[in-house]
Amino acid sequence: MIKVQSPIRRAFLAAFPHTIPIFAGFWFLGLTYGIYMNASGFSFWYPMLMGLTIFAGSMEFVAVNLLLGAFNPLQALTMTLMINARHLFYGISMLDRYKNTGWKKFYLIFGMCDESFSINYTADIPEDVDRGWFMFFVTFLNHCYWVSGAALGGIFGSLLTLNTNGLDFVMTAMFVVIFLEQWLKEKSHISAYLGLGLSLLCLLAFGADQFIIPSMLSILGTLTLLRNPIEKRGKIL
Amino acid sequence: MTLTQQILTIAMIVLGTVITRFLPFFLFSPEKPTPEYIQYLGKFLPSAVFGLLIIYCLKNVSLFAGNHGVPEAVSILLVIALHLWKRQMLISIAGGTICYMLLVQLVF
Repeated sequence: MIKVQSPIRRAFLAAFPHTIPIFAGFWFLGLTYGIYMNASGFSFWYPMLMGLTIFAGSMEFVAVNLLLGAFNPLQALTMTLMINARHLFYGISMLDRYKNTGWKKFYLIFGMCDESFSINYTADIPEDVDRGWFMFFVTFLNHCYWVSGAALGGIFGSLLTLNTNGLDFVMTAMFVVIFLEQWLKEKSHISAYLGLGLSLLCLLAFGADQFIIPSMLSILGTLTLLRNPIEKRGKIL
Repeated sequence: MTLTQQILTIAMIVLGTVITRFLPFFLFSPEKPTPEYIQYLGKFLPSAVFGLLIIYCLKNVSLFAGNHGVPEAVSILLVIALHLWKRQMLISIAGGTICYMLLVQLVF
C-alpha cells in the first residue's frame, strides 16, 4: 500500500535535513548572542524579541552596541541599511525563485537571512515537493533555531559563573571569517582593500563615534567612481 | 536610553532590515534585467562593507595605550589561521573568541 503524505509534510521532511548545519551554527551564535546581551545588562526578552523581529544575526550583534550608546535612531537606520545592503542582492537573485509562492512569499522575504538565502538559492528541490512550502520550512526552521538559541543564551547567561569578559570578540571573529570567505572567493581584492582602508582613514579623521557614515559614503562614492577599472580587473584577474 | 528609546532603536533596525529585504521585489521584476550599476554594487560592495565592519569592531582599540591591541591582533591571526586550515566557520569563531577571552582575562 502506498502511504500518501500531505504535500506540507513532504516539504517539511525534504527541508529539514538542509537546515541541520544551520541548527548547529545558529545555536552556537544565538546562545553566544544571548549570553552577550545578558552580560551587557539586557534581560532575555531583548535577544529573544530582537531575534524574532530583526532576524539578521550580524546586525543584532551591532545592535547591542547601538543600544548601549547614545540614542540616535537615524544612525541605527543608516547602519542597518548599509550592513544589510547585501540582502538587496539576495532579493534580486530570488525574484524568480520566490515567484508564485502565495502568502508565503511575504514571510520568505521577511526571513531572508544569509543562511535561508543560501539554502533556498542553491537547494535542488525534488520535483514532487512543493517549492513554496520547502522554502517556507527552511526559513521557518532557521528562524526557530535563532530565536530559541538567543532566548536560551539570555536565560542561562545569568546562571553562568563563567567570566564573560572578552566575549564581545565573537562579533569581530565572525566578521573576520565572513570577510575572509569573501576574500577567498573574489578575483580582485580592490573592494576589500577599499573597505578596510577608507574605514580606517575615516576612523582616524572622525573618531570612533562619528566615522561610520563618512566611511559608508566614501566607500559607495569610490566604488562608483572606480567602476570601470574595478570591473575590468574583476574580469581579468 | 529609556525603554521607549530602546524600542525606537530596535524598530529602526527592523525597518532597515525589512527595507533591504523587500525593496528588490518592489523595484525589479524577474522578467526585466537588473540595472548594471546595481549588479556591479551587488558584486563588489559586500567585501568593502565587511572590511568596514571589522574596523567597526576594533574602533575602541588603542595602539598606544592599554594592551596596545595585542590580544586583538593575536586572536584575529588565530581566526585567520584556523579558517585557512579547517574552513569551518564555527571552529574559527570559537577558537578566536576563546583565545581572546583567555588573553584579556589571564594574560593582560
